[in-house]
Amino acid sequence: MARVVRLGAVAAGAVGALIAARRVRRAGGPGKTGPTWLGVTVLAPPDRIAAGGELPEPLRALGDAVEVRMQPAPGDRGTEVYARLRDDGQGSGTAARLTGRDRMGPLRQALREAKSLVETGEVLRTDAVETTHPGPRGRLIAALDERAQKAGRL
Amino acid sequence: MRALCWEGVNSLAVRDVPDPGIRNDQDVVLKVRASAACGSDLHLLGGYIPFMQAGDVMGHEFIGEVVEVGKGVRKRKVGERVVVSSFVGCGRCWYCTHDLWSLCDNTNTNPVHTQALWGYEPGACFGYSHAMGGLAGSHAEYVRVPFADFGSFVVPDGVDDLAAVFASDAGPTGWMGADLGGVSPGDVVAVWGAGAVGQVAARAATLLGAERVVVVDRYGYRLEQAEKHMGVEALDYTTTDVGAALREMTGGRGPDVCIEAVGMEAHSDGPGFVYDQAKQQLGMQTDRPTAVREAIHACRKGGSVFILGVFAAVVDKFPLGAIINKGLTVRGAQMHGQRYIPGLLDRIAAGELPTRHFATHPMPLDEGPEGYRIFKEKVDGCVRPVFRP
Repeated sequence: MARVVRLGAVAAGAVGALIAARRVRRAGGPGKTGPTWLGVTVLAPPDRIAAGGELPEPLRALGDAVEVRMQPAPGDRGTEVYARLRDDGQGSGTAARLTGRDRMGPLRQALREAKSLVETGEVLRTDAVETTHPGPRGRLIAALDERAQKAGRL
Repeated sequence: MRALCWEGVNSLAVRDVPDPGIRNDQDVVLKVRASAACGSDLHLLGGYIPFMQAGDVMGHEFIGEVVEVGKGVRKRKVGERVVVSSFVGCGRCWYCTHDLWSLCDNTNTNPVHTQALWGYEPGACFGYSHAMGGLAGSHAEYVRVPFADFGSFVVPDGVDDLAAVFASDAGPTGWMGADLGGVSPGDVVAVWGAGAVGQVAARAATLLGAERVVVVDRYGYRLEQAEKHMGVEALDYTTTDVGAALREMTGGRGPDVCIEAVGMEAHSDGPGFVYDQAKQQLGMQTDRPTAVREAIHACRKGGSVFILGVFAAVVDKFPLGAIINKGLTVRGAQMHGQRYIPGLLDRIAAGELPTRHFATHPMPLDEGPEGYRIFKEKVDGCVRPVFRP
């Protein structure tokens, strides 16, 4: 089921934002347990990010599996959009995270795509590359490319 | 179509590859009119940036004619002659809206490589490896240009292709070094590297009001170009003690602004070169920072050093103590083309910024491998080969 964000709740104000920020630090801090929030900063106000009360399609597609919240970014930077798996996403090693093979992979991709859609109206597709003679390095690069949007430091 | 492809370390070939098409609504497709080899391509060719796959199309400095327009494009029309920024910017993220286009958040579709290396990914660059987005390069008959409303610029009628092509990358890179390096009226500016980027940096410094500008290199033909076309002074480091010469030029102070336009395969005629090369070949450092070290040492107290050369990751013997104790400002960036290209085209059209002389070797695309050979070996007075598909 698509997750619907009420704009009133999104704009709940500074108190809610502060509480949420404290929760983020607690949940994501070193040595702490609990689902980790992943965040992107989108150069847009909350009502553009959740236009009509609905999140951008990439996040909406993840349904009830994820929890999403937003807060104003400092300065002129827009809105911080955070998401996490409702089910604990801990337990993946660094290698799995860096290669996008952990459970957070689809969430990373959804956040990146949502940001790009809101800011630019599209998600850039890279050029289709067909290697001429893949050696071990070529195969490694191809494997990383395939999962690049799911991986990384987000 | 025909395209010049990376086939392996020090191996290039012109091959048939599929034609590009519109993949996103904000794309255009260009018929390439001219595409220049860049010194930074040599790092890909030599395997120093290990994110190339056999078959990848090279090239990121180009001009072309619009032949196809995506339905989301508002500013471009079929038939226009445009020069394109080598770095791709979406135009609407925080970085693009703050004129930091090469840091675009939305164009590098392979963030994993550079996030691991550098913490965060820069934007995408045409033909510059999978780490920089994996976009096909411009050494081809056609090239796809994403976010074309922001990254492509109509070339004035009076500017020919071989002059305009350098507004794509070398021009904005060099200009940025002088601009963001903080060149002010009355400054003495030293530029390491007298290739196209270094020459533009030197000319930009003059146009921004520098009192005296000097370029440092070891190739006589490049130094002669800098003197003749850019009107700046030249130092050959193989015959001159550069540090002593710069002190002599500045009343002992040192240059106010030092601009490095050399990059990760720097040379020197001292024993340090052997040391740096050995460490690089053994994988104990990824880059040879010879010119950066010299610039930092030569710079006056409280001065500014701008690093334009491409570096991949880590270097050895970095003079951090000089930076701290001399109070230097050290800055670097990949070029923010969209910020500078319109102004550069105006200056090229007005005759203030010569660039046509960089194109020492215009040639057909099919001669691409030979073009890169003479460019890499620095023979026949080659400053830049430019391919005409």
